[in-house]
Amino acid sequence: MGETKKISLSVNGKSYEEEVEVRFHLADFLRQQLGLTGTHLGCEHGVCGACTILLNGRSVRSCLLLAVQADGQEITTIEGIAPSEDEMHPLQEAFRDNHGLQCGFCTPGMLTTLIEFLGDNPDPTEREVREAISGNLCRCTGYQGIVAAALDAAQRLREAKGA
Amino acid sequence: MKPPPFSYHDPSSVGEVISLLGNLENPKLLAGGQSLMPMLNMRYVLPDHVIDLNKVDGLSYINENGGTISIGGMTRQRDLEDSDVIKAKCPLMHDALLQVGHRQTRNRGTIGGSLSHLDPAAELPAVCAAHDAVIVVQGPNGERDIPFAEFPIAYMTPATEMDELLTGIKIPTWAEGHGYAFVEFARRHGDFAITSAAALLEVGEDGAITRASLTIGGVGAAPVRMSDIEQALIGQSGDEEKLRELCEAGREIDALGDVYASSEYRQHLATVMSRRALVKAYDRATGKA
Repeated sequence: MGETKKISLSVNGKSYEEEVEVRFHLADFLRQQLGLTGTHLGCEHGVCGACTILLNGRSVRSCLLLAVQADGQEITTIEGIAPSEDEMHPLQEAFRDNHGLQCGFCTPGMLTTLIEFLGDNPDPTEREVREAISGNLCRCTGYQGIVAAALDAAQRLREAKGA
Repeated sequence: MKPPPFSYHDPSSVGEVISLLGNLENPKLLAGGQSLMPMLNMRYVLPDHVIDLNKVDGLSYINENGGTISIGGMTRQRDLEDSDVIKAKCPLMHDALLQVGHRQTRNRGTIGGSLSHLDPAAELPAVCAAHDAVIVVQGPNGERDIPFAEFPIAYMTPATEMDELLTGIKIPTWAEGHGYAFVEFARRHGDFAITSAAALLEVGEDGAITRASLTIGGVGAAPVRMSDIEQALIGQSGDEEKLRELCEAGREIDALGDVYASSEYRQHLATVMSRRALVKAYDRATGKA
């Protein structure tokens, strides 16, 4: 084992204090050290978007961040987006209803990306949705269902806000 | 795929960074990490020390004063994209940023990192070339300014010395209402451009061009200013056929060829991207777009 450093961070609202190897990227830390395997790893060089997480509310690639850089920060992963154990996030519901899941590999990155995007742009056009997920590769190439799910989720979120 | 072992340093001041650069063997500066981290993951670079700039105070800011925009080296691309100052005073940069990677990479990527990495196809170096930006670097002997024209010294090699840190960028602004356009050709949205063009135009009330800047990215080893075209543009109206004719000079750029595009294809794209950028910039300057 190489050089290590002690870090403390919040992941999905839970505080962790961990000794981590400094060369570990954040995705490996989340998956291997914290056991949060919902964050997927595809290319590990910032192209596929599968490892996207929220860092202080902003979507970032967790393979392009060292775990030590998350010291003192707030992280949200796919495991942390549902409001409770038996309730899903509107995006999760919309992905299920619109056949947006398919093999599921790109889904965690799609959802974390879309949470930030729909927060900034609650009423997007289809083109804007396509551009927003242009950094997330779906290996099933089934973007149609994903785009439909995103637009459906946007509507659900707007309705929930209005209600 | 894991980064190779290294020692990690997270200094909090520019002075500490410079002293670490002077004292450590084989260090590498880590800014936003959107280029360095892939290179570490794939072990294209094997530094003994990584100096993380993310905790250094005072390197993230956007100020405008007397016709110059000053930007801190660690300012995130996303913060530049959202900045009202950039939108109003340097709209070319806003246009370009929307084509830099994706939101997830712009949330981390920094302007100083992009300029220091100096990929020939990157958008921000082309914007700096177009605007005659000045790069501010700090080293053991204090601060010095490098005009952007002298900043790239070779392929992906900036004029920064080994013990210097890029701390800021100064961008002279153009007259209010100037025309601007950043257009690029890439295989997918967010990819590095195969070829890009950045145009700035000032147009008089009679419709004649009074000032012009045209930069081609992705073709040469660094962004290329097309000074012959710029001079020939003065006094011209926005006639598209005339612009097409002037842009033919793009075929003479010393062009890179690679697996994605031959040098001839890049030269061809240089002519097309230049024309599109100039037409768009002219229309914006004259209120048609």
